[in-house]
Amino acid sequence: MTDMLVMPKPTSATAVATPAPHKVAKLEVKNLDFFYGSTKALKNINLRLASNTVTAFIGPSGCGKSTLLRVLNRMYDLYPGQRAEGEVLVDGANILDPRIDLNLLRARIGMVFQKPTPFPMTIYENIAFGIKLYENLPKSELDGRVEQALRGSALWAEVKDKLDASGLSLSGGQQQRLCIARTMAIQPEVILFDEPCSALDPISTAKVEELIDELKAKYTIAIVTHNMQQAARVSEFTAFMYLGELVEFGDTTRIFTAPEKRQTQDYITGRFG
Amino acid sequence: MTDMAVPGVVDAAKPFDRARALAAFRLGDQTFYWVTRICALTVLFILGGIILSLIIGAWPAMQAFGLEFLVTRRWAPQVSPSPVLGALGPIYGTLVTSFIAMLIAVPVGIGIAIFLTELCPPVLRRPVGIAIELLAGIPSIIYGMWGFFVLAPFMTNHVQPVMIGLFEGVPVLGTIFGGPPSYLSLFNAALVLAIMILPFITAISRDVFTTVPPMLKESAYGLGCTTWEVVNNVVIPFTRVGVIGGIMLALGRALGETMAVTFIIGNSFQINGSIFAPGTTISAAIASEFAEASGLHQSALILLGLLLFVLTFIVLASARIMLARLERKAGN
Repeated sequence: MTDMLVMPKPTSATAVATPAPHKVAKLEVKNLDFFYGSTKALKNINLRLASNTVTAFIGPSGCGKSTLLRVLNRMYDLYPGQRAEGEVLVDGANILDPRIDLNLLRARIGMVFQKPTPFPMTIYENIAFGIKLYENLPKSELDGRVEQALRGSALWAEVKDKLDASGLSLSGGQQQRLCIARTMAIQPEVILFDEPCSALDPISTAKVEELIDELKAKYTIAIVTHNMQQAARVSEFTAFMYLGELVEFGDTTRIFTAPEKRQTQDYITGRFG
Repeated sequence: MTDMAVPGVVDAAKPFDRARALAAFRLGDQTFYWVTRICALTVLFILGGIILSLIIGAWPAMQAFGLEFLVTRRWAPQVSPSPVLGALGPIYGTLVTSFIAMLIAVPVGIGIAIFLTELCPPVLRRPVGIAIELLAGIPSIIYGMWGFFVLAPFMTNHVQPVMIGLFEGVPVLGTIFGGPPSYLSLFNAALVLAIMILPFITAISRDVFTTVPPMLKESAYGLGCTTWEVVNNVVIPFTRVGVIGGIMLALGRALGETMAVTFIIGNSFQINGSIFAPGTTISAAIASEFAEASGLHQSALILLGLLLFVLTFIVLASARIMLARLERKAGN
């Protein structure tokens, strides 16, 4: 199976990695290897995320899609023993450079997690907290930004009368949209979604998906999902990963209707994974 | 139950047998229930007994001094015809030493816990953690001796003069940090207390800090928070109930600590406003005088003990109330 990936000629590799030549690459991954201690979890990943698109990452558990996401905002840096080799370019600048300011990077590349993670504070504070980290706004302007973020995540109508309630008092789906609002409030450029609907019911899932669709007008989005229908619904590009390698990357419609690789087809049709 | 005993299918499990087996279990259950209940009730009986015997022992002193006992500064057991005894000195000493000890130990203890959970290289984490736990295991008499022979001379010769000089002539602070330096002082006792309660605060804070879900911390880091912002805005609010519990446990120990304090506090019932002056605490006063006390003097010491009991109870109760209020405010 590995020889399948080593084999392709350089020309076809570039073709696979650039599904949308007409769009500007916001984020480009070049020859990326990732290690948990001595275990190699990502092997020579090459891909480009175009601006204002949604790219879905699919693949069986443990294939490295979440790991890849955690490289893109250097979240792995929190844990000693994890390291990445290669290049990840955001607007042409390598973010794996040790001199880069991690706090600024993470403000530019927001992340939404598998489970809702509201902070132990009020709904208002959950949103205002991130804004206050970077900007010193007067109260009225801050109020406006909080409202804007909550409207952006379609939560405003549900919470506008209880902004002083604890973020933990919301339902799971509301909490997840609160987390999305919190991420948007600091105006990032890229948003990474790590299985954002895995803890949500179908109605909440539909709301979050709708939201993702609206968000791509402003942001570049990467989403990891186990749900193939979800990948097909929300994304324009899909990357299939298996055992730490990027097996196939291309237009979502093409990946789901006419995959080039046998493994992709097997996975999509449910023969393994 | 019955559908299993279908005739000809499962002969062994007749309903009769099953009922008997269950009855045997029931007996065991009942016995267990009563044994545990008696154990639990014993604790209540012992607690009630202690309070009752304290009240009986303290009764003569309560009769003789009444509420005056709480506000009298003079402690003169040898005066005839009847001794003059007041608890203000020991109460003052207990509150001041515990307050200073908490002032030092709470930030340092929580700081160590933050370092151990968030910042410490993994290689150092275990050794430092074990060292802190060992600190909790040192007998208090050793803290007392060390405080008397090592810490007190050092503080008195090098630190106290500097602080006295620094605040000389400043109103209020000039009195609090007033001279002369003394080996036996409230300040030195409070320092030893701070070191003694530090491991409690650190160990409990560290344990609750590790219960914060990594994903919650990551989402704060994901917004671009620094470690300080994550700790201050997410980790501590998330764990405040546990942290406050640890602080209260430490305060309980600081209020009641006897041996180490008796060594270096000076056992003086005077109150002169300076933290460098000798003083006494409730427990130190009892420990140093109980052996030669009799009659009303002894009863007054028991009354002091009762006061300490009440003081500790008030601290713990107010901690509970405060926690309940925090919980309600957080809405979970």
